[in-house]
Amino acid sequence: MTTLEIRDLHVSVDTPEGVKPILNGVDLTVRSGETHALMGPNGSGKSTLAYSLAGHPKYQVTQGSVTLDGEDLLAMSVDQRARAGLFLAMQYPVEVPGVTVANFLRTARTALSGQAPPLRAWVKEVGAAMDALRFDREFSERSVNEGFSGGEKKRHEILQLELLRPKIAILDETDSGLDVDALRVVSEGVNRAQATTGAGIMLITHYTRILDHIRPDFVHVFVAGRIAEEGGPDLAARLEAEGYDRFLTTA
Amino acid sequence: MGLETASRARRLGSFQLADFPKPTGREEQWRFTPIADLARLCDPDLAADVAVEVAGPPGPGVSVEQVGLDHPAIGLAPAPGDRLAAAAWAASRTATLVTLAGTDPAAITQVSLVGGDGSWTPLPSAAHVAIRARRDARGIVLLRHTGLARLAEGVEITVEEGADVTVVAVHDWAAGAVHAASHRARLLKDARLRHVVVSLGGALTRVTPHIELAGEGAQVEALGINVTDSGQHHEAQLFIDHQGRSCVSRATYKGALLGPSARSVWVGDVLIRSRAEGTDTYEENRNLVLSKGARADSVPNLEIETGRIEGAGHASATGRFDEEQLFYLQARGIPAELARSLVVHAFFAELIGRIGSDEIEAALRAAVDAKLDQRRRPLP
Repeated sequence: MTTLEIRDLHVSVDTPEGVKPILNGVDLTVRSGETHALMGPNGSGKSTLAYSLAGHPKYQVTQGSVTLDGEDLLAMSVDQRARAGLFLAMQYPVEVPGVTVANFLRTARTALSGQAPPLRAWVKEVGAAMDALRFDREFSERSVNEGFSGGEKKRHEILQLELLRPKIAILDETDSGLDVDALRVVSEGVNRAQATTGAGIMLITHYTRILDHIRPDFVHVFVAGRIAEEGGPDLAARLEAEGYDRFLTTA
Repeated sequence: MGLETASRARRLGSFQLADFPKPTGREEQWRFTPIADLARLCDPDLAADVAVEVAGPPGPGVSVEQVGLDHPAIGLAPAPGDRLAAAAWAASRTATLVTLAGTDPAAITQVSLVGGDGSWTPLPSAAHVAIRARRDARGIVLLRHTGLARLAEGVEITVEEGADVTVVAVHDWAAGAVHAASHRARLLKDARLRHVVVSLGGALTRVTPHIELAGEGAQVEALGINVTDSGQHHEAQLFIDHQGRSCVSRATYKGALLGPSARSVWVGDVLIRSRAEGTDTYEENRNLVLSKGARADSVPNLEIETGRIEGAGHASATGRFDEEQLFYLQARGIPAELARSLVVHAFFAELIGRIGSDEIEAALRAAVDAKLDQRRRPLP
């Protein structure tokens, strides 16, 4: 059982105009097996929360705490956080020319588990995960994210989710830019990963359509750098019908 | 800078030191070079403070001997093209002559030039190495440079008709070493040369490979690697001279710059002379910058005197390993130093794979690893 606990998190970013606060006191707890949908209008700080948790150097935590099973996540380097069990599926995955998908996946798995996976079992595992996400086998010889289509990038993020087996996974707008078929393939991958590993999932999204495929236990409405309202799956249905206007006018 | 001096076709070649004035640093071929550090190597009164060692007994068909510069096998390659090369020639009393006449393409002859261990200040020195591949010969010559030295070196390579050989020069000098190497190769009819320059160590290395495709149908593959850290200047000025008909040249130089004051220079001159009809040439230089402040200069240059060619092209690109790439890899649990190593290895993998000798390829991968490992150790 793993618990990610975010308490009163304040985060700022340096801009040419000066330091700009983006998160203004986020409280959120994600446990193993739970799926939390974090919804909100553009610019509300959802992605900032995701990148801050992963440790991106652009963001400065000015107040609050984040713990993973009681350990201070904010004191860890980016790679230490990943090895502690945190995973971020990125909205804009980065190209790494020359490093093949196969080499990248194996290096990551080795770094995370502390030892290289046995070759035969690993090849089988990667092959099965790639098949399930509709990748050709040649895909593993391509450079990481280089020349990938939008859909390939997102499926590649979910391939990593399945193979790297995090305890807590943050999916940052994984649904954006996907067509209906790709959305279904990606959602199946997320559900499969959760069923296999019991990971806790924080699903960041602007739209409700992915929630037809990945059923959330909790829905949080994120407005102006904090959580404005919380509820069950029915809250997502209300947002679908009413939009975010209600929160924006009262915020 | 006028066309006259910029043209490779008109640049001087001579064995006479007096033909080359001391460089000032303003000339086209010196403008990237920290000339003050090399000034002492421009003089003819150089010592021989570098030991030449041959690893093991030569293989079948191979001989290694010390000879005078008046030996008939010495001085067959193109003449020196700059003051440093002429000084190395003028100052050398003997040459190490490697003659290849064997048939085993995987046989490696290793010659090491070994400087001091750092317990004394190395004297400005000269050395001359001649590699002569006889008709239809096969084989590999590995020139290793280690220790602390200040060296002006001449390496002449003659590849006779139908011979197919590989020459690998690895510059793995100790920190602080200063080295200028003039490689001058002449390829006769249907000769093939794979020429590899690897620069890892030293404070300053300047390698000037001059490859003359003299005979019809000669082919050269020129490969270069530099892994350059702060406080290092690695320079390669390549000149491929297409003279014979239907010759092929391929040049690929790649450099990784690790630290903020790392500095590399690549100049690739290709000259296609009027009689070199049917020439097919392509050269490229790629640099990977891993640190802000590091600088890689890259200057490809094609000079074409005939339109009757198969193809001629060049490419140059410098990429960065940036904060976002590092973040992406770290976010998958990969520590920062391993992430850099992964990217650098990927960058060189295909090039190293082209050398064609498992033994040398493995040694080079290990040498690149060792160079990256140095960074993991805290500075003293």
